Amino acid sequence: MSNEKDEVKKNINEANGEEYSLNDDRRVKVLSPGALVVKRFLRNRLAVLGMIMLILMFVFSFIGGLISPYSQDQQFYRYESQMKEYAGVVRNDDFRYTAADGQKFDSVLQAKFQLAYEKKEPSFSYKDINYEVKEEGTDFYSISSEGTLLAIAFKDIVNGEGEEVPFTLKMEALKAYTNGETSFQADGTEYTLDEDANILDGDTVRGYISRFVVSPVENGVNISRTFKEELEAAIDADQEEFVFVDEEGAEYEYQITYDPTTKTWSVRQGKETYVYDTYAKPNKAHWLGTDTNGMDMLTRLMYGGRVSLIIGFIVVFIETLLGVILGGIAGYFGKWVDNLIMRIVDVFYCIPSLPLIIILGSAMDAMRVEPQIRMFYLMLILGFLGWPSITRLVRGQILSLREQEFMTATEACGIRVSRRIFKHLIPNVIPQLIVTCTMSLGSTIIMEATLSFLGIGVKFPFASWGNIINDVNDAYVMTHYWFVWIPAGICLLIAVLGFNFVGDGLRDAFDPKMKR
Amino acid sequence: MRKYIVKRLLLSVMILFCVTFIIYALLRCLPASYVETVAMQLASKPGAKPYEEWLTQLNASYGLDKGILPGYVTWLGDAVRGNFGDSWKYTVPVLQKFSEVIWLSFIMGAIALVLELVIAIPLGVIASTKQYSRTDYAVTAGALIGISLPPFFFATILKLIFSVKLGWFDLFGLVGRDYAQLDAMGQFLDKANHLVLPIATLVIVSIGSLMRYTRTNMLEVLNSDYIRTARAKGLSEKKVIYQHAFRNTLIPLVTIVGGSLPTLFSGALITETLFSIPGIGFTSYEAMRIGDIPFSMFYMTFLAILTLASNLLSDILYAVVDPRVRIA
Repeated sequence: MSNEKDEVKKNINEANGEEYSLNDDRRVKVLSPGALVVKRFLRNRLAVLGMIMLILMFVFSFIGGLISPYSQDQQFYRYESQMKEYAGVVRNDDFRYTAADGQKFDSVLQAKFQLAYEKKEPSFSYKDINYEVKEEGTDFYSISSEGTLLAIAFKDIVNGEGEEVPFTLKMEALKAYTNGETSFQADGTEYTLDEDANILDGDTVRGYISRFVVSPVENGVNISRTFKEELEAAIDADQEEFVFVDEEGAEYEYQITYDPTTKTWSVRQGKETYVYDTYAKPNKAHWLGTDTNGMDMLTRLMYGGRVSLIIGFIVVFIETLLGVILGGIAGYFGKWVDNLIMRIVDVFYCIPSLPLIIILGSAMDAMRVEPQIRMFYLMLILGFLGWPSITRLVRGQILSLREQEFMTATEACGIRVSRRIFKHLIPNVIPQLIVTCTMSLGSTIIMEATLSFLGIGVKFPFASWGNIINDVNDAYVMTHYWFVWIPAGICLLIAVLGFNFVGDGLRDAFDPKMKR
Repeated sequence: MRKYIVKRLLLSVMILFCVTFIIYALLRCLPASYVETVAMQLASKPGAKPYEEWLTQLNASYGLDKGILPGYVTWLGDAVRGNFGDSWKYTVPVLQKFSEVIWLSFIMGAIALVLELVIAIPLGVIASTKQYSRTDYAVTAGALIGISLPPFFFATILKLIFSVKLGWFDLFGLVGRDYAQLDAMGQFLDKANHLVLPIATLVIVSIGSLMRYTRTNMLEVLNSDYIRTARAKGLSEKKVIYQHAFRNTLIPLVTIVGGSLPTLFSGALITETLFSIPGIGFTSYEAMRIGDIPFSMFYMTFLAILTLASNLLSDILYAVVDPRVRIA
């Protein structure tokens, strides 16, 4: 190709004041063919836009991943309060009985007492024995027979602090409590009752009296006295929620609900559980929120872009390599070589690539291939299925080029065949090749994204734009978490559009017939 | 011409043999997980034969016990006689399932193609007559956006807007929930309603290339000598463009559109899968995912035949439409 001198300017050398003659080379601005292509390319607004888009995506994917404070598969957590059944509370409205030491008060007698209580009779008899019932305080009765104390019946429950409360202490405490007294004597010791119904022996707490029975839902949970007090206070005040700080200082939230049919209060504890921070809304820490695994969306997008772009480049590289070598050989040698290679091309052209990749992908699923190795296979498969079109292009160009004079010249010079093909023929195909490669980069990226979207391409933990969008297979994610899939789709669109704009611009720029 | 066609047909058959053999060999090399799963299920039934026996029996009944080459010959012998075996997934003969689903795909493809032609050709012509104008840039950019749109992403956006936000269409499927209660007209409308989004996706995604093709060819024609002559003799611009230029642009267009006719049957694998439309694409996708060898084999053979038919058809059409072309 000769140098094109297309722009003629009236260059007057001011300093010398001397005018160039008409055929002076300095009057002419010389542009190399490459410079012309660049110039035509830069005039195409869409192509420049595409270039900017591509640069943006490359910076985003390759540099963004380095800047991002998170790594590709770093998972984030948050605390979530979950309400869990903690305890049931019953107000004791039935009599409970304790027999005196060495005495028996069996269920028949308990029933008899109950009857006498309801009829408000002071005594009852069973098997010719008379039993006297004496009201000792509110809802507190003692039962004796012929002067011996047999048992006590009560509704307020005495809870021992650690150990069982002896019968006399229990009885005296209840007597004092039900009568509203604050001190009493039992077994020769002086006890006091404080406002919280604690039974105090001097300063040590021996037990407490309460009408509520608190039983934990789970076995082995020890419900502390202070908690019970707070709970009772909350129930008395008809509160629905209260906060309790336990001995270790941990703060818990509790909800109380009353069920009138069973007359129980159920207490639910709000437990802070440590969970993956899934589908977090975009916020300061995560600009695009987090995905289904609690990973930072923006970082995933960057790494996904890296994977998508690298796969695109490698696949196109494989395609081009195979295509140029086979196309070059076929085009240069012609005859049976050409025939053979072109029939192979025909066969490969006919193999339906998408179904084949789906089957291979499913097989890899079944064999549980490692995600990383899978990615290599994917590139190889895509590359090996994509070369026929490039071979056709190269061969077609070379068929016409090899008839030209410069090839006769190379033959006359005795240049080696391989050198003739790859040094003299292929460089003349480069412009078309660049255009095709740029365009097929775009379509390869779409193909990879589609496969990853279907779940047979790039797999977790690797990110790719396609498998990020894969989350929309869950209709709830699609409708509620736009930030999970829209940005990935837009990245994909921008990258592919960039390649197509640039490819289109290059095609026009390489075409010398174009007016601009 | 006849000699040429016969030659091409013979070549196509040869290619088809190679393609089917490659696919068959590939499929056979993969682990046939389906057979193993079925054997496992059968063996776990009370009083059943052990797993190994079932496996051998199933392999024998599916012809998997033979080597690849004899297996291929058997398959080919059956296939030539129109017997593609029973689908493992659908448990009916492959051809029966195929004939159930193919027409839906064809109708979808045909409607999409007509819409594409109606939209793309006029836009391409307008763009080329006003090269480098704002319209041209808009059309070119629009076409490239269409090409660059990943179908699954575009379909999802359509679903979000029209199904979720506006509630005009259902998210998935071909028929609505109350399909059985509708009368004939209602059933037709219901199906049509469910096909709107898939067809829209198909049209938008594939309209770009046709638009660009029209524009490129029209530009080439407009730059040719006979158009300059037509202008020079003082014809109106309208006449130049629509009578002289457009007719010549039609040649490559007819070739490419005619060539794409067979692919109407191939179904839109991705779009059908996205919308769960039971056409050939979705049906095959489901079959391929579980390694249903008979159905996959059939589908891929079918696609290969369609590709060959397309190439042949477009070459022949080229000669038929353009009297200047003579094929030896």
